[in-house]
Amino acid sequence: MTEPRMSEPRTPDLDADRPEQAEAEQHTDARADRILARRRWPQRLRVAEIHSIWRQPAVIAAAAILAVWVLLALLAPVLTDDPIAQSPDLYQPPSAAHWFGTDELGRDVFARVVHGARLSLPLAVVIVAFSLAIGGLVGLLAGYLGRAADEILMRLTDLVFAFPQIILAMAVAAAFGPSTRNAVIALIIVSWPIYARVIRSAVLSIRTSDFLASSRLLGVGPWQALRKDVIPNSVGPAVVLATLELGNAVLMLAALSFLGLGPRPPAAEWGAMIAAGSRDLSIWWVSVFPGLAILTVVLAFNIVGDALRDRLDPRTARGVR
Amino acid sequence: MLLGFLLRRGVITVVLLVGVTLVSFLLIQAVPGDTMSATLSEQALQDPEIVAAYRARWGLDEPLYVQYLVYMRNVLQGDLGVSQQTGRPVLDDLLTYVPATLEIALPAMLLSLVLGVAIGLYAAVKHDRAGDHAVRAGTLIGLSTPPFWLALVVLYVFFYLLGVSPSGGRLSTWIVPPERVTGSVVIDSALAGRWDAAWDAIQHTALPVLVLTVLTVAMLVRFVRSAMLEVLDADYVRAARAKGLPTSRVLTAHVLRAGLVPVITVSGLAFASMLSGTVLVEQIFSWPGVGQYAFRSASALDVPAVLGVSLFVAVVYTVVNLLVDLAYGLIDPRIRLS
Repeated sequence: MTEPRMSEPRTPDLDADRPEQAEAEQHTDARADRILARRRWPQRLRVAEIHSIWRQPAVIAAAAILAVWVLLALLAPVLTDDPIAQSPDLYQPPSAAHWFGTDELGRDVFARVVHGARLSLPLAVVIVAFSLAIGGLVGLLAGYLGRAADEILMRLTDLVFAFPQIILAMAVAAAFGPSTRNAVIALIIVSWPIYARVIRSAVLSIRTSDFLASSRLLGVGPWQALRKDVIPNSVGPAVVLATLELGNAVLMLAALSFLGLGPRPPAAEWGAMIAAGSRDLSIWWVSVFPGLAILTVVLAFNIVGDALRDRLDPRTARGVR
Repeated sequence: MLLGFLLRRGVITVVLLVGVTLVSFLLIQAVPGDTMSATLSEQALQDPEIVAAYRARWGLDEPLYVQYLVYMRNVLQGDLGVSQQTGRPVLDDLLTYVPATLEIALPAMLLSLVLGVAIGLYAAVKHDRAGDHAVRAGTLIGLSTPPFWLALVVLYVFFYLLGVSPSGGRLSTWIVPPERVTGSVVIDSALAGRWDAAWDAIQHTALPVLVLTVLTVAMLVRFVRSAMLEVLDADYVRAARAKGLPTSRVLTAHVLRAGLVPVITVSGLAFASMLSGTVLVEQIFSWPGVGQYAFRSASALDVPAVLGVSLFVAVVYTVVNLLVDLAYGLIDPRIRLS
């Protein structure tokens, strides 16, 4: 492979020493820049298209919902009572004093639902960040190196895909013991393969594209091509997937704690709250409100993710699971 | 050509299954509290001789790969270990609970496929009009709803408020269960000629089937819709329209036939997601299926049972996917060639 010539910072005195060559290089540079500029057009177009999702009322509504949830999560200690403070007012239906009623220990359900966001939202971000980092690296390596590396890494992801997500997550969480940390680890273990697949296919399509071939002809080395072409152009599918997976992470975390494998009591976690309410149907408010919380957050992520996908990545349908 | 395709798919499946057992095995190894400290008393654990004897007895002194081979041999012989909770072999437990799960999963799958294709086709035909938008909104809400919560809401409405549905379980308590033949209460009751029991059992399946269907339909509709949209745009569909075929004929003979091929693939995934859904849904409906078994095992940290279930489901999933791939290869020769 030739050295990445385009990127080398040219020292001024070198050019001054050999003006002829500098001129010649500038000439080829100008042409190369024109060609290389073209390789970036998909990105520029995409940025413009990202903004166009704001024309959809549903996306604005979803963003507003998410903004409200983030605010609620941040301001929860100021806005509400202590979510784990017990009181003698057990099983109170929704009222002016307790907007969402009280649960079996007399705790305020509104306070617990709002505080639930302080668990679910950051944990979802952590799960997605780690899954994206692991899956992204695996997908990048598999797609870019190809051959044996691709084969080994992709069979590894197939292996994790062979287990339905919630069941593998359940097995991992049960094996490590129930705790918030282990639930998060379990969800990262089951989530990264989807990123690996999506990013690998994005990398493959770029690797075989004409603009990458032309930049290679111009002497761009493999490392620089990875940094300047492959990674930036895989960002689109990754962003779409990460947005959709944020919603999925909230759902899966709630499912694990519904099964008793998430944050330990008395933590205010939405799935665990639904489980508590499921023991007695007459106290519907204990489980209905945390369920609505999950529904609104996940729906908002799905709406934004869907709109992003229509703009950024219309080819890849979401891996249905 | 077909034989080569079968062979290739078969080899991939076997490799995958070996990998699945490896994952299960490594998970057992990862369990912090090992089986030894769970089985032996505190006093026995202090005695190095007993510990050594125990390790030798259960092969714990062997290298890890030997232990894995022993585990593999056990799994191949159908020995998935003993559930700490029920005290019975995990395989026996599974065989008891699988028919109950199938009794709700199969009707739900059938219903989901029919509804999914119908609604997906409708949305594709109405592309970007009100009907399509309504379907898209509906499916997004369906995908965003926690399954266990939906089950709870449905139970609250139909049992607690309206009183038109039983609360849970497979059969009302006052009805004597039919003799076990197939494991499906509905079919067994019908075989015994006890129509009242069969009707009661069907009523009990209604709500779980409804919840599983809602969740699976949402997923299928989105897939069918995009598959159909692609076909609706194809030249041969335009040609069929241009030569004056009625819309109904174009849709059934041209669009559905071509558009359904990818739907076969996704139905395997849909079935797997339904199996996952049963874990959460069966709990709410006190449905004694694999899902509830998995749930109870997980909350009791009954690791052999949890791993048995995950291994079982992974095998089912892999085999279903193999069948789907084979069906796909038979229908569409291009797949075999690639």
